[in-house]
Amino acid sequence: MIPDKRLTEEEVVAELRDGMTIAIGGWASRRKPMSLVRAIVRSSLKDLTIVSYGGPDIGLLCAAGKVRKAVYGFVSLDTIPLEPHFRIARQSGTVEAMELDEGMLLLGLQAAAWRVPFLPTRAGLGSDLLRMMPEILTVRSPYPGPDGSEGEELVAMPAIELDAALIHMNRADQGGNAQFLGPDLYMDDLMAMAAGKTFMSTERIVPTEELAATGSFHTQRISRLMVTGVVEAPHGAHFTECPPDYGRDEAFQKEYAATVSSAELWDAFRAKYLDGTEADYQRAVGVSS
Amino acid sequence: MSEISRSEVCVVAVAECFRGDGERLCNPIGTVPMIGGRLARESFEPYLVMTDGYAMFAANAMPVGVADAEVVVEAWNPYAQMFSVLWNGNRHVMMGASQMDRFGNQNFACIGDWHKPKAQLLGFRGAPGNTMNHTTSYFIPNHSPKVFVDQVDVVCGVGYDRAAELGLVASRFHEIRRVVTNLATMDFDTPDHRMRLRSIHPGVTVDDVVEATGFELVVDDRLEESRLPTAEELRLIREVLDPNNIRSAEVRG
Repeated sequence: MIPDKRLTEEEVVAELRDGMTIAIGGWASRRKPMSLVRAIVRSSLKDLTIVSYGGPDIGLLCAAGKVRKAVYGFVSLDTIPLEPHFRIARQSGTVEAMELDEGMLLLGLQAAAWRVPFLPTRAGLGSDLLRMMPEILTVRSPYPGPDGSEGEELVAMPAIELDAALIHMNRADQGGNAQFLGPDLYMDDLMAMAAGKTFMSTERIVPTEELAATGSFHTQRISRLMVTGVVEAPHGAHFTECPPDYGRDEAFQKEYAATVSSAELWDAFRAKYLDGTEADYQRAVGVSS
Repeated sequence: MSEISRSEVCVVAVAECFRGDGERLCNPIGTVPMIGGRLARESFEPYLVMTDGYAMFAANAMPVGVADAEVVVEAWNPYAQMFSVLWNGNRHVMMGASQMDRFGNQNFACIGDWHKPKAQLLGFRGAPGNTMNHTTSYFIPNHSPKVFVDQVDVVCGVGYDRAAELGLVASRFHEIRRVVTNLATMDFDTPDHRMRLRSIHPGVTVDDVVEATGFELVVDDRLEESRLPTAEELRLIREVLDPNNIRSAEVRG
């Protein structure tokens, strides 16, 4: 029997606490659970550690003063290579950074998902990453090295323990089985397994049997074992892309990025789009059906 | 045929970086690098594997900067799989750089103190893992003393001195093949892997390059002039791979 895990954005936010470490799925400005991000912006939550292949999720939350620390492989809007709000946060020192090699971030999530303390990798050796983040240590292999001498000393990428993960999928059932219909799952499955609680928004909640009718079974990569709550959120990834349902809203992304240039612009943007409900947002940006 | 542009010389210099790679993932990032990689495959390295810029390996000669260009998918390679390919090692990436030193240590993370940067740039992105796991080349469209510096602010991509210092664990898969710029091509084919001027593009003098480099380049008697595209290569560049001439926005002249 498929359980009923349906929630609203507000009910998800009520499950979150100040100071939590929260992973956000997607990649740069692609398939981000933006309606959940906007709900956090509206909330009183603070001092969050955000783990992400970052895009406007990190930028918006930084601009709204929600982020104590960002853990990321990059923070980009794709067509705008550097996330402007995040840049300001970094350059003004208002946000602490754990700036990882993209592959190291994958390994940290995988280690947490598998409940091991670290995973070994060559990535990071020799770079300044280990010097800037001395909390990342190395480990010597117990097996002989390639030339028969002592074992190789590799980076021990620590597990990134997550209190919660937020992801957005194209389709889901009410129990949390879900599918992605675009080109890439990104690391959403790893985040969902690494997190204590995973909250998933979706373009549409459908009966379970419809999932297999919508895409091949290879697209059904999220199972209800990984999911705590499901939010039906049509256009929930706006303004990031969510193919094949919709592309990125480039015009709106530009408008968002431009607000970095003054506090007045940001305040106006926030008042116009973010201070109301999600329904207000969708009316204001013109995507509500 | 109209005059050959500097960007077209750069495209050929990039293509030459991938000569001899055979059946390998050729993964150039940026406009001129992408055209150059695709040119290599369409001319002298036919078995290279290349992406569509997203999650697919594309078998066809895709034009750059053309929305909804046709993709002949030969394999699905989403990001999680890309990291497997990367750590498996059969990949040659070409990245950019905001700063680089004489041993090929590269920075594009930030300018200034990493803890509170003057300018936050890309972050470490894939540079640490790429340089430790497979061949890396670089394309730098703005050769200047601000880019080629004595010491980079943050080492993202690992250079030869640091790889050697760590020994076999770091050096066994490490190769920085070439650095192509708007002025010249460099390599590290010297006894201690210091950067060497390999070829200068037509119309550029050795002094031009030396003046635009913030450290001493090795200049030896193997120095050549960068080769021009052949007629067939020019046709591929202009008609097939970059019909809208986006390359000229990245490298002028």
